[in-house]
Amino acid sequence: MENLQEILKSHKLSMEDYEHIKKILGREPNLVEIGIFSAMWSEHCSYKSSKKYLKGFPTEAPWVIQGPGENAGVIDIGDGMAAVFKMESHNHPSFIEPYQGAATGVGGILRDVFTMGARPVANLNALRFGEVKREDETGAHQRYLVRGVVAGIGGYGNCVGVPTIGGEMSFEECYNGNILVNAFTLGVCKKDEIFYGRAEGVGNPVIYVGSKTGRDGLGGAVMSSDSFTEESKSLRPTVQVGDPFTEKLLLEACLELFKTDYVVGIQDMGAAGLTSSSFEMAGRAGSGMRLYLEKVPMREEGMTPYELMLSESQERMLICAKKGTEEEILKIFKKWDLDAEVIGEVTDTGDMELYWHGDLVAKIPVAPVSEEAPELDRPTKKPEYLDYIKEISIDTVSHVDNQEAFERLLGSLEVVDKSWVYSQYDSMVQTNTIKHPGSLDASVIRVKENSKAIAMSSKCNPRYCYIDPKGGAAAAVMAAGRNVAMTGARPLAITDCLNYGNPENPEVMWQFAQGTEGIKEACKALNTPVVSGNVSLYNETEGQSVYPTPTVVMVGLNENQERVLPSSFQNENDVVYIVGDTYKEFGGSLYLKELFGKVAGVLPKIDYERELKLWEFVIEGNKRGLIKAAKDVGSGGIAIALAKMAAVGNRGFLGNFCFEDSREIFSESFSRALIEIDPKNMHALEELASEIGIHAIPLGTVGGDKFTLCDIEMDMGVLKKIYFETFANEIERDL
Amino acid sequence: MNVAILRFPGTNCEFDTEYAFKKIGAKTSIIWHKSEELPKNCDLVVVPGGFSYGDYLRSGAIARFSPVMRAVRDFAKKGGMVLGICNGFQILLESHLLPGAMKRNENLHFVSKFQYIKVISSNNPFLKNLNEGDILNIPIAHAEGNYYIDSERLERMYDNDQIILKYCNKDGNYDNPNGSVDAIAGICNENRNVFGLMPHPERACEKILGSEDGIKMIKGFAY
Repeated sequence: MENLQEILKSHKLSMEDYEHIKKILGREPNLVEIGIFSAMWSEHCSYKSSKKYLKGFPTEAPWVIQGPGENAGVIDIGDGMAAVFKMESHNHPSFIEPYQGAATGVGGILRDVFTMGARPVANLNALRFGEVKREDETGAHQRYLVRGVVAGIGGYGNCVGVPTIGGEMSFEECYNGNILVNAFTLGVCKKDEIFYGRAEGVGNPVIYVGSKTGRDGLGGAVMSSDSFTEESKSLRPTVQVGDPFTEKLLLEACLELFKTDYVVGIQDMGAAGLTSSSFEMAGRAGSGMRLYLEKVPMREEGMTPYELMLSESQERMLICAKKGTEEEILKIFKKWDLDAEVIGEVTDTGDMELYWHGDLVAKIPVAPVSEEAPELDRPTKKPEYLDYIKEISIDTVSHVDNQEAFERLLGSLEVVDKSWVYSQYDSMVQTNTIKHPGSLDASVIRVKENSKAIAMSSKCNPRYCYIDPKGGAAAAVMAAGRNVAMTGARPLAITDCLNYGNPENPEVMWQFAQGTEGIKEACKALNTPVVSGNVSLYNETEGQSVYPTPTVVMVGLNENQERVLPSSFQNENDVVYIVGDTYKEFGGSLYLKELFGKVAGVLPKIDYERELKLWEFVIEGNKRGLIKAAKDVGSGGIAIALAKMAAVGNRGFLGNFCFEDSREIFSESFSRALIEIDPKNMHALEELASEIGIHAIPLGTVGGDKFTLCDIEMDMGVLKKIYFETFANEIERDL
Repeated sequence: MNVAILRFPGTNCEFDTEYAFKKIGAKTSIIWHKSEELPKNCDLVVVPGGFSYGDYLRSGAIARFSPVMRAVRDFAKKGGMVLGICNGFQILLESHLLPGAMKRNENLHFVSKFQYIKVISSNNPFLKNLNEGDILNIPIAHAEGNYYIDSERLERMYDNDQIILKYCNKDGNYDNPNGSVDAIAGICNENRNVFGLMPHPERACEKILGSEDGIKMIKGFAY
């Protein structure tokens, strides 16, 4: 091949890879084959840097129906029903083109879920942006990205008719050049009607359905396996364009198809499009496949086999069907005005054979493409910064008056209400939403098919992960679980989205390795297996990597949908308890960041035993009808958690408890909750606490038109104004 | 009561609507948009919410040409009850079964939240169980709910009790989430058999979902 070096470089393949490909094929590859290997061996598809560390995740429990390796994970939710869920990143596309990048991120994760036979019933998202408050161009650009991403998520999810019921959003300098957009979807189906991504049965037809293939998103998987530079702006054509209307039609047509028994296997064409779907479907079943590429519905003339195999046009699926059902299947898709064509068949050769108008244009053995994909053991090195940031603590910074501290923390964009964001998402379609966005902690939907409710929460505190990559990741699992438990649901399983910097940097690789260790440890200790997930590396611009950001979504089950706990104040004169122990722990805290500009210190102590006791306490207290509201204590400590409960509940608070060092109201010790109860239940609650072996101390009472705690006091009018109005003012200030 | 719920490509509230009407004891059927006729014993046609045809071009602009809409027009002409919710309201406007038009929300954003609305006229079969001035808490979720009509026709609508619902705050005072003329949330035609509103009563039919006020509205058609 001429210009071999250049071709390999543009496909991000090494000479070593090339030799390996030659060995697999027993000859030199042609350009189509190089393109296929390039996509399948990209970081995005092959997990070559991360694979080593993804082994050993706890993935099993009696309620797990399907763990990692399929399009999404599946857990049992009782009465013959199952929940199907996964989270995925769309970071690189969203930075390049915020609206379409975020929109297609939602589209992709929806397909991952409905391809398994489940109707998507809830979306969440976790968004990380840079310094939106800055006065300069960077700040203005970040605000533009926030507006674009939010509009994109809403534009897609709303149109498809899946409620976006919650999520999280935070802001750190490290995301200035590389925002993170993680999208989660949960679907519900019958336990015995789950579909898998397999192509088997010699002679069974392979059917292409959905949108036509165009040249958009060409090489997207390869693009997102690289760092950003100034030139990245020219990558806009590699970002796919979404069409939520077609997605909606595809969803309904697929669900109609799933009611028949025609389907052998089905998979979404996501990253690396037709290539990854066909190879993965054949690979899982150990089959071969023959595809006639000229039969692929095309959006424009003159497309080549190379482009057809690598396009990332959206809203497409690949189906392996039972022979003889082709006509019936095509009829269903015609009803929904979608393209559907038989483009090939399953073989027993173990080879992927691609034909173009009668000519064989590529022939690749399926198994080695995934089995022999490069697995790297990249060098790791503990970053030096970890040594010096440990020295910083609450005792090494100057004293700030608590009142001033409270005002600044309360007004932090991380804390304030995000209704500007979530009011752009339809959160109530499908009429299942019990706990809405903005109501604090986990989001909850009821399941119409049984009397249960599903709680879900997305969590990650990147500051914790920066100061302690392992502990921070474990803390994300704990916090997501705690949020779920606060609604009265039992946490069951997680999906994760591991966003890290450039794996070629040994310090980043070390952070990644530590992060996976943290998740493994926490999931094991808390008995919440990992059922699906996604890795996003190369989140780096001009040499600056993002903070380690392993986003964790915990899913839990509440046996009684009538007993879902709120997280805001409910009634005047109720008593509020702090449950769990508070220490002087400020590592990675909002306090150090907002007041001193520092992301430093030692992570609060992790104690899984205490965490489990806290969950048990709230779940059991709710069952006994003792608890009216529960909220976890996170960023900004007790003071901020109470203030949020007050603002959202539209009720004041009169505190009558304080710590020896009153700054501890901002401490971020883990495994704590605020519990609101009727005063008549104080004795029963305290009894339950001693039964379980956890400390519960009354902090004060709900009511009045003031918020008071230790040495801070604020009129509720002022507090609500800060809490509810800050975000919109900031994000819309340049409009 | 027999309720026919229309389904266009992109409709996404058909099952929510069905669930709500079943709750009040109605018999429901979902009618595909290519159907040229409505069920014979149909008492009410509901055009539900969603994004028919992706809201491409303009909300409801393409759906009005679906075959089923001819049947709906004939049905309405004969005095049959028709209710359009959200996108359904937009489709009825585009079909000229209701007067006026929708513009994009004033702030250009999609808006989804619980919203208080006030009954302005209950002199119609839909809201007959409610009283003028009653305040209801009903979710809204739309990008094009900014209702517009010229002042002359608006006056005629007031005179004829065609302005049936307005947005308000929880005390019943003025609030306007989308910029609609006079904060109008729902209207009916001259004969008071075709209704359109942007809020979603079907989303407010159970306590655990945050409000049961929607029941008070939809049961107007039943008894």
